[in-house]
Amino acid sequence: MIRVQQEDFDIGAEVAKLTAGRTDIGAIVTFTGTVRDHDGAVEEMTLEHYPGMTERELSRIEAEAQARWPLQASLVVHRYGMLRPGDNIVLVVTASEHRDAAFDAAKFLMDYLKTSAPFWKRESGSGGSRWVEAEAGDADAAARWHKRNHAAE
Amino acid sequence: MRLLYFAWVKEKVGHASEEVAIPENVATVAELIAWLKSRGPEFANAFEREQVIRAAIDQSHVRHDARIGHAREIAFFPPVTGG
Repeated sequence: MIRVQQEDFDIGAEVAKLTAGRTDIGAIVTFTGTVRDHDGAVEEMTLEHYPGMTERELSRIEAEAQARWPLQASLVVHRYGMLRPGDNIVLVVTASEHRDAAFDAAKFLMDYLKTSAPFWKRESGSGGSRWVEAEAGDADAAARWHKRNHAAE
Repeated sequence: MRLLYFAWVKEKVGHASEEVAIPENVATVAELIAWLKSRGPEFANAFEREQVIRAAIDQSHVRHDARIGHAREIAFFPPVTGG
């Protein structure tokens, strides 16, 4: 399941909803990304996205995770709009029989989301505002899954 | 065809979307960028570092050598920074 929304999310409530009535799950991993301040320089973060393509990309990434790992359930929630330091940005939940699949799938989802979901962050503060630049490390992290995939073939 | 711009590409171009009739000799994304750059200084500025600009055809990521074909919607944007 994927969701793109302006509102905040409640991690506990999301996990409870995802796993309600299920007794086949043995491992649940959650990842939450939050707005980070750099030494008081960030007062606001605005997240722009590409409505339509965002949902398509998140669904595509989630389907790929489900094809790679035996997941009982998964959830990606990503916020957009105006956020402040400490606010939630993204939630990834993966549930499987055993922990390895849940851990790996959660990391995969985040690594791929960071390089392919069409979101852009703009930080504003006393020093003005700027578009956040993509980090080379993010592309490397996503590429590593690519290599693992090829190595397994 | 509908063109969409996001983040700093949108700010430099000056608008978020537009309907355009592209010339028949424009077959690829790279050729579309070259044509856009000829439309005015705001486009030349927005696409100055064209190698860093990402493109999507009908909401799927593509490379600059992708053919436009019968695309309904083409978007240009900087590398993504979500998560």
